[in-house]
Amino acid sequence: MKLITGNAPHLRNNDTTAKVMIDVIIALIPALIGAWYFFGFYAFFLAILGAIFGELFELFIMKYLRKDKSFVPNGSAAVTGILLAMNVSPATPWWIMIIGLIFALGVAKHAFGGLGMNIFNPALAGRAFLLVSFPVTMTTWYRPALSFSKWIDVQTTATPLAILKEKGFSQIDVSYADLFFGNRAGSIGETSVLLLLIGFIYLVIRGRIKLMIPISYIGTVFLLSSIFYFINPERFGTPLFHILSGGLMLGALFMATDMVTSPMTPKGQAIFGIGAGIMTLLIRYFAGYPEGVSLSILLMNGFVPLIDRYTQPRIFGEVKS
Amino acid sequence: MSNRSWKEFSKGFIVENPTFVQALGMCPTLATTTSAKNGFGMGLAATAVLVMSNIVISLLRKTVPEKIRIPIFITIIASFVTIVDLLMHAYVYDLWKTLGLFIPLIVVNCIIMGRAEAFASKNNVWYSFLDGLGMGLGFTASLTLLGAVRELLGSGTLFDITIWGKAFNVFIMILPPGAYLTLGLLAAFFAFIGMKRKERGNNK
Repeated sequence: MKLITGNAPHLRNNDTTAKVMIDVIIALIPALIGAWYFFGFYAFFLAILGAIFGELFELFIMKYLRKDKSFVPNGSAAVTGILLAMNVSPATPWWIMIIGLIFALGVAKHAFGGLGMNIFNPALAGRAFLLVSFPVTMTTWYRPALSFSKWIDVQTTATPLAILKEKGFSQIDVSYADLFFGNRAGSIGETSVLLLLIGFIYLVIRGRIKLMIPISYIGTVFLLSSIFYFINPERFGTPLFHILSGGLMLGALFMATDMVTSPMTPKGQAIFGIGAGIMTLLIRYFAGYPEGVSLSILLMNGFVPLIDRYTQPRIFGEVKS
Repeated sequence: MSNRSWKEFSKGFIVENPTFVQALGMCPTLATTTSAKNGFGMGLAATAVLVMSNIVISLLRKTVPEKIRIPIFITIIASFVTIVDLLMHAYVYDLWKTLGLFIPLIVVNCIIMGRAEAFASKNNVWYSFLDGLGMGLGFTASLTLLGAVRELLGSGTLFDITIWGKAFNVFIMILPPGAYLTLGLLAAFFAFIGMKRKERGNNK
């Protein structure tokens, strides 16, 4: 019998980065069409602008700054662009969007070594940069128009989480159904839980995403907010409200699960999700900002190398010392 | 000026730039560079202390016992810092108020301690003077550059002259994270210059 020996990897498949990224973009389309319906065509346009400018800017970085002649666009910058657009207010001026993308791709991604090397999720880093740089634009929210209109309704309003923080739970004027279907103020892609879930289920069926992070993240938020609910329901709000409002679904389903910036082992992913869940609620309850999903994921991104080191699986045959 | 003198003077600007290459004196660098004017003022204050302390330490270098040299250096530096502090209080009151605590903190600025320990205590007065002046002006130039970038992006002005006003203010640049970002990018730029110089040296 002839035995062929060779080096790892022995398992191969035909997946490429581009194929994965195209699947992610397909999964985001329902939420983007929802954004068009809720906030008008301009919100949809911002996402398209983000995708196109992101790809062009990355091409420029790779060809002219990093001088990589063999670089082929792989769609990861387009995903960053779309996710950043989904994380900003519907009336964000286009040039603010571009500044955010330049920071996300130029500093958070390529200054750290490009795809696969970045410590922080580029889209979230871009969002945090914009939140500190343009606090007024980034925290002015609009009432959904509920028609495929051209521009957004001019009526500004507070997000449910901001109302909870400032006035208490009894003052919130949206129902759970509104929160689930997306009829509330918020950033472009975060409002509709239903549409985000549809995209997420597509990704799970295609085998692109591991379920551990969303489950541990949302589960932690649910358990912890249940405890706080029994302490003071008027101040802290119901667990269901916390799961459906804010950017939790967008964050837990699409941002925290980013392959580059999340831990590799299931155990590590569980720690990541639990940490992010605790931080999210701490920020929502006690910190200055009404919403803490993006900041909590960024914080846990910083812990990923440490988590990976301590959750390294034992090599087959290795004896526990 | 002889060749050696020019070398001791000019090394502080690019090759051994205290801020971007040696990464010394980070505390005033990050905290006071919210505008070009503040950075410039802070740099000049540190330069004045550095030049004078380098001269005196170099003069005393044969008298100072090895074991207690650090306390003696600090006493000398602290005296000059007090002089600069009082002078600034008297003549540039507004700048003195903005820089606040960071003027007394020049005492423990590691550029000044570093130059005293690494250079002035081993070299004669003339070279120590040039070294202090070069390093100080290099520090001033770095702080002014850092302050200018942050002020231009963060408040749309340059040395308090309006360039494009408030329309395109990236507010983060005048906050602490902006200091780290600008510093990191400028340090990368200086490292790039260093690499290019080395390449050119190798090709010759």
